[in-house]
Amino acid sequence: MLEPAFVLAASFAYLGLLFAIAHWGDRRAAAGRSIIARPSIYALSLAVYATSWTFYGSVGRAASTGVGFLPIYLGPTLMAALWWVVLRKIIRISKANRITSIADFVASRYGKSTLLGGLVAVIAVVGIVPYISLQLKAISNTFNLLLQHPDVASPVSEPTSLLTDKALYVALVLAAFTILFGTRNLDATERHEGLVAAIAFESIVKLVTFVAVGCFVTFGLFGGFGDVFDRAAALPDAQRLFTLGGADAGYGGWLWLTLLSMLAIVLLPRQFQVAVVENVDERHLNKAIWLFPLYLLAINVFVLPIALGGLVRFEGAGVDADFFVLALPIAEGQDALALLVFLGGLSAATGMVIVEAIALSTMVSNDLVMPALLRARVARVTEGRNLRGLVLGIRRGTIVAILLLGYAYFRVAGEAPALVSIGLVSFAAVAQFAPAILGGIFWKGGTRNGALAGLGAGFAVWAYTLLLPSFSRSGWLPDSFLEQGPLGIELLAPEHLFGLEGMDGISHAMFWSMLVNVGLYVGVSLCSRQSAAEHSQAALFVDAFREPRAGARLWRGSASVADLEALLARFTGARRAGDALAAYASEHGSEGANGDRADAELVQHVERLLAGSIGAASARVMVASVVDEEPLGIEEVMGILDETSQVIAYSRELERKSRELEAATAQLRAANARLHELDRLKDDFVSTVTHELRTPLTSMRAFAEILLDNPELPVDERERFLRIVIDETERLTRLINQVLDLSKIESGGAVWNIAEIDLKEVIEDSAAATAQLFAERDAELRVHAPDGVGPVAADRDRVKQVMLNLLSNAAKFCAAERGEVAVELSVCDGAARVDVRDNGPGLTADDQRVIFEKFRQGGDAMTERPQGTGLGLPISRQIVTHLGGELWVSSVLGSGATFSFTLPLARGVSTGVVPGSD
Amino acid sequence: MSNPRKGERLFALAFLGLVLFNYPLLSLFSGDGRVLGVPVLYAYLFAAWATLIALMALVVRRS
Repeated sequence: MLEPAFVLAASFAYLGLLFAIAHWGDRRAAAGRSIIARPSIYALSLAVYATSWTFYGSVGRAASTGVGFLPIYLGPTLMAALWWVVLRKIIRISKANRITSIADFVASRYGKSTLLGGLVAVIAVVGIVPYISLQLKAISNTFNLLLQHPDVASPVSEPTSLLTDKALYVALVLAAFTILFGTRNLDATERHEGLVAAIAFESIVKLVTFVAVGCFVTFGLFGGFGDVFDRAAALPDAQRLFTLGGADAGYGGWLWLTLLSMLAIVLLPRQFQVAVVENVDERHLNKAIWLFPLYLLAINVFVLPIALGGLVRFEGAGVDADFFVLALPIAEGQDALALLVFLGGLSAATGMVIVEAIALSTMVSNDLVMPALLRARVARVTEGRNLRGLVLGIRRGTIVAILLLGYAYFRVAGEAPALVSIGLVSFAAVAQFAPAILGGIFWKGGTRNGALAGLGAGFAVWAYTLLLPSFSRSGWLPDSFLEQGPLGIELLAPEHLFGLEGMDGISHAMFWSMLVNVGLYVGVSLCSRQSAAEHSQAALFVDAFREPRAGARLWRGSASVADLEALLARFTGARRAGDALAAYASEHGSEGANGDRADAELVQHVERLLAGSIGAASARVMVASVVDEEPLGIEEVMGILDETSQVIAYSRELERKSRELEAATAQLRAANARLHELDRLKDDFVSTVTHELRTPLTSMRAFAEILLDNPELPVDERERFLRIVIDETERLTRLINQVLDLSKIESGGAVWNIAEIDLKEVIEDSAAATAQLFAERDAELRVHAPDGVGPVAADRDRVKQVMLNLLSNAAKFCAAERGEVAVELSVCDGAARVDVRDNGPGLTADDQRVIFEKFRQGGDAMTERPQGTGLGLPISRQIVTHLGGELWVSSVLGSGATFSFTLPLARGVSTGVVPGSD
Repeated sequence: MSNPRKGERLFALAFLGLVLFNYPLLSLFSGDGRVLGVPVLYAYLFAAWATLIALMALVVRRS
């Protein structure tokens, strides 16, 4: 069953199945029925993190260090909790800016810097190549192990010629598959849906096969977990494996590994590819946050049992612990299981290689090769007709080159070290991106120069402390280089820089590289200034969760729509370019794409579309080639900012002004309403006065005419008429006087002679003055004014006017027979009170209300001849009110009326003339 | 979905994990004992790990 031909056939059948899944996924995506648009597929695709290093290497590390393999998986679990904060932001930024790789991300963040993008691409390639070689090593070693079954001792590494080396063919086959999977389309933002489906499938295969072999070992070879640990306890160094004694360099190394893997899960190019570029919907993170760590937990449960089982089973047999997973089934004669395990390992390796190679090829072509071509031969490239083929060619070439580089590393250096240590070297390389990326999305102050300095120095330290030692171990460099440092300078020994002891290689390298990386990134950033472009990109990245500012863009220039379309067509094809611009036009109501000249929005849109194909930095250069650009200098940006702040100040001022205006308008409106009211009152008054004047005049004229026309009238008749004329004249005079009086009081023009007066005296005077009136009517006036009522501060004449008015009214309205009027003076609540009560017919409630209004008189004006001017009571009330008192009437219809007024008692009021005031 | 506390809660869990999986808490379990036949260190690590994942799932679901 484990014949070479059969194994090969199974392997190719498996790869064929993968390709079929990918093809199906692409077809479904094209039909709009995506199979990867679900969170569990997203979480499974993230498990591309688990490579053959996990599949084989974890067991190897567990066999020598116990739990020492775990930080590599605990770190990502911790990071998964931070995904909501960190990864979601990166996804949001990348989608908004069509970012397709880490290099693109860094370049874009720091002002679309070509240099920075190139540096990141170089670091990624150099850092990841050992990792790829690790996968090649795993596949070729496990293949060899299968071939030499049932012998499971580690294959003696005999020098093989290039042409017979299986690893070379593995590399080439994987390159071919990667090209098939990854570079059929150009626009990298049109994600590789099929690829993601295949990766998710591979994750299931890895998990199932590993758990299968774990169950076989734990429950087949042994009697459960307890039994495995019991038997392993008999091993010589069991104690070390069961506790933390086995972990490299103790707790410090443990912590560094945790941090390192936390960074790696975000920053590894393949993780960025599946987690960010291939992300369909950022809400998928919700499930991935717990499902992905759960996957890691599940695939690690059986690592220790397999490692310990292998140690027990192969004690002293010289079997490489890295391959216990495969060796155990082979040694037990479980050929089918062994083949399954081999396929599981193949899954882990191919998944990693394919995604990693696609990610790296995007980076290399977008951030290294294209910028170089654009720079070196701008004229030729930008004039070329169609660049699609060129870009695809670059990517395919890059994929082959990267896999061959991986193979070369495998040939040269990869044989000696264990799987895990190679992987950690790569982790440490990508960890160098952390300050530039994490700093870049949370700190606006990070500058291009800071990122360049940090990345460059961090990478240099990484190469010196990790990469060179690995070369040295493979014999490329003399051993003395490691032991005594270059040229015998011990302070510079790569693994004990400046004499630092007590740390394992990874911790040591991480410490120094992160120290210079973070230090220079922060330090240089603080000491350097951002260009205008950097500044706007920094704001765009850090404020990714804020609402986008509509149309705000620091760009001025002009380009023709036709040029832009032609440019787009050369990278994406004419049809797609047309579609894209048409879609833009319909989305933006055809403004922008309408007419010859493109606006800044459209230019930016085209640049983003291009960025998807060739990276942000290259897209910038290409767009610049067709646009007459006037880039904004920092002064102009500051100018725009100034203008903006001025506009803000103006608008605040405007707001304040308009508030004031509103208040003033309200006041004006109120004043206007009041004026209208007064005007109406005046009109009423004038018309009423005119009416009142006309009545006596009419009657006077009528009698005068009678006298003139009838000279023979009897004398007594004539006398009667003349008496009426005189009466009416008097009434007219009184009326005019009262109108003048009232208007004087109302306008405040009256003169008040305020003095302490004795009300009793005023009442008695008034009673005497009206005695004749009462006598004429046969009415009785009774005055009850006790002594001892204090003086009041008032104008004597005015009070007497009120008194006379009330008394004459009472005389008029008291009962015609046995009329009685009573006047009473009393003290009440610090005020003197005067009541004038008559026994007349009384007032209705309506009358009580209206008699104090001007020209209104009690009784029916239509049937009874008016007996007064209708101004007496209003004037009286005005006087009393002015003197600080009240005048009111209380009456029950049929039993008389009582007019009462009060005046406040004097409290040492100084005598003097007080001008009337209201 | 847009619960602002979600990020904070998850952040707190990450910090909790960092404490649970490192010195000095870890040293408390680096002893000889066994739990159901499994060395206490392994048992602790996997139990804490599973608990942390469960809490993360809880936070994501609730928020």
